[in-house]
Amino acid sequence: MSENLTLVQAVRDGLHDEMAEDDDVLVMGQDVGKNGGVFRATEGLYDEYGADRVIDTPLAESGIIGTAVGMAAYGLKPVSEIQFSGFMYPGFDQIVSHMSRLRTRSRGRYTCPMVLRAPMGGGIRAPEHHSESKEAFYVHEAGLKVAMPSTPYDAKGMLISAIRDPDPVIFLEPKKIYRAFREEVPDDPYEVELGEAAVRREGTDVSVFTWGAMTRPTIEAAENLEGDVDVEVVDLRSLSPLDFDTVVESFKKTGRAAIVHEAPKTGGIGAEIAATIQEEALLYQEAPVERITGFDTPFPLAGLEDYYLPEPERIGAGIRDAFEF
Amino acid sequence: MVRVIDEDGELVDGAEVPDLTDEEFVEMYRHMKLARHFDERAVSLQRQGRVGTYPPLSGQEGAQIGSAMALGDDDWMVPSYREHGAALVRGLPLKQTLLYWMGHEDGNLIPEDVNLFTVAVPIASQIPHATGLAWASKLKQEEDKAFLCYFGDGATSEGDFHEGMNFAGVFDTPNVFFCNNNQWAISVPRERQTASETIAQKATAYGFEGVQVDGMDPLAVYKVTKEAVEKAKDDESDDLRPTLIEAVQYRFGAHTTADDPSVYRDDEEVEKWRAKDPLPRMEKFLKNTGRADEDDIADIESEVEEMVSDAIEAAEEMPEPDPEEMFLNVYAEMPKRLEQQLEYFRSIREEFGDDALLED
Repeated sequence: MSENLTLVQAVRDGLHDEMAEDDDVLVMGQDVGKNGGVFRATEGLYDEYGADRVIDTPLAESGIIGTAVGMAAYGLKPVSEIQFSGFMYPGFDQIVSHMSRLRTRSRGRYTCPMVLRAPMGGGIRAPEHHSESKEAFYVHEAGLKVAMPSTPYDAKGMLISAIRDPDPVIFLEPKKIYRAFREEVPDDPYEVELGEAAVRREGTDVSVFTWGAMTRPTIEAAENLEGDVDVEVVDLRSLSPLDFDTVVESFKKTGRAAIVHEAPKTGGIGAEIAATIQEEALLYQEAPVERITGFDTPFPLAGLEDYYLPEPERIGAGIRDAFEF
Repeated sequence: MVRVIDEDGELVDGAEVPDLTDEEFVEMYRHMKLARHFDERAVSLQRQGRVGTYPPLSGQEGAQIGSAMALGDDDWMVPSYREHGAALVRGLPLKQTLLYWMGHEDGNLIPEDVNLFTVAVPIASQIPHATGLAWASKLKQEEDKAFLCYFGDGATSEGDFHEGMNFAGVFDTPNVFFCNNNQWAISVPRERQTASETIAQKATAYGFEGVQVDGMDPLAVYKVTKEAVEKAKDDESDDLRPTLIEAVQYRFGAHTTADDPSVYRDDEEVEKWRAKDPLPRMEKFLKNTGRADEDDIADIESEVEEMVSDAIEAAEEMPEPDPEEMFLNVYAEMPKRLEQQLEYFRSIREEFGDDALLED
């Protein structure tokens, strides 16, 4: 049996199912309880599981993350929500000094099997600090896993995998596509393995690597080029560990690559993918690797965000450049 | 400020001797003596280049040992990075503490049966962990466990102090927050950390009790910590379970061996505090009350010297850490990319030899 769900409903479904499966799983954060989350990602969980498992915390990101580190070390599986990824920074010290390193520092005696969820990304006309894509901060930190689903099916399966994972996972949810479309999502719990990319569209001319909310405009761009350029679209889904095998395999097939991400260009994950292609498949390379990304500017206010975010037109032009070189 | 014995080891007016056996009083002194001697040797080892940068604890033995001895076997200790004495009471071998400060990864190995959390270097960051550990214990409906967390006066200025304490109040967790107020956060004095008259009074803002104790009086520290531990375990009372203890004390030495305290404080101040040294105080108390004599003290002295020598020898006999350990325990399962880096690391060691990779 399955249900036709939006991405945010699938997140909620994943939380709900895993809480039913495992009494150690709890949800904590600001407004996650009675209110059901500002995006409704925890709707109904409070009534079903009670105040000890769906915890409205004080407004304190370091507290929400730091106490979860302690809880996880003590055998629980907290899923902490930070209301927007732009507010993770007060807890950044806890993420990079403790959450990521507890296993290493204790030589494996203590572990930190927690999940940190946060809505991320732009495109919803949000106020300042509500639209950034800063996944690179977390990918750069050893000991963390970083996931970013682009479909309802993946959102539920990857979230369940993240909760069951023995390591800490930063689970970033592209809020622009929280309610953009629906997909059949199985009722029962299931896992989508972290660290595996998904080929969303097969093609032979250019490989395009993307993730999160950029996946759909990239597929749209690929469809617009149909007949001129045969585009392969790879949705990475998991950014740490990243499925470089699929990246390289796709590139060897096409010899041309474009990378699409919402995050700023410099130091973005696109640079890592481009470097890996150079290291592992240089002799297959027919063209420079194109990067179609956000700019190296602060994320603009809503009035300008459409100019900042890659859209099918710009993405298509970049793919064409890679093809025509 | 709570006190039990004065500088001469005499009971202060109205104070009662804590309910410990004669052996336990002597044990308390032995632990303090061991911590002091360990500390002096560790500083000297650093000077000889046998240990890396090291944070001394001399002057703080009363606070560390007195509080650690108030914990039951099932209770937990969450340290900062200066509680070598407290950790020793909890069951962490001195050898481990030495290895850690020697830069040896094995120093991070806490024996499985020792309820001690890892060293936390970023100031105050362990306070939310202690709250989380205690909170998890409460959610698991465990009873009879308290979680003692140490930090310094500087830590009380950090956001994590506020967040950890505030969560503890809101969720009524079985915590004891123990501030080792040693007057100095490296070179910045206590009055520059906060305009509060005491650190203990900060507890009021979180809805639970704060108590100020003479941190160089091990018996007073034992007494207030024991009460706080019992309170943490009592979920029947109308009072909130956490307590903030401010143990007023002094760091005789440097912040770490990389610090020169003569730059920011004068000898006169140090001398004033040396008069409150917890070791002679405890020694006088034992002698005054007939719990130990000169011979016992001399025996303890040679005993701790031997224990510390053995620990140093054991630590220095440890083989160099295996460089591949860097790659272990990063994840439960090593990601492919890390495996590739490990392979590469092996190949460069093989190709160039370790001597080429190491600084002369």
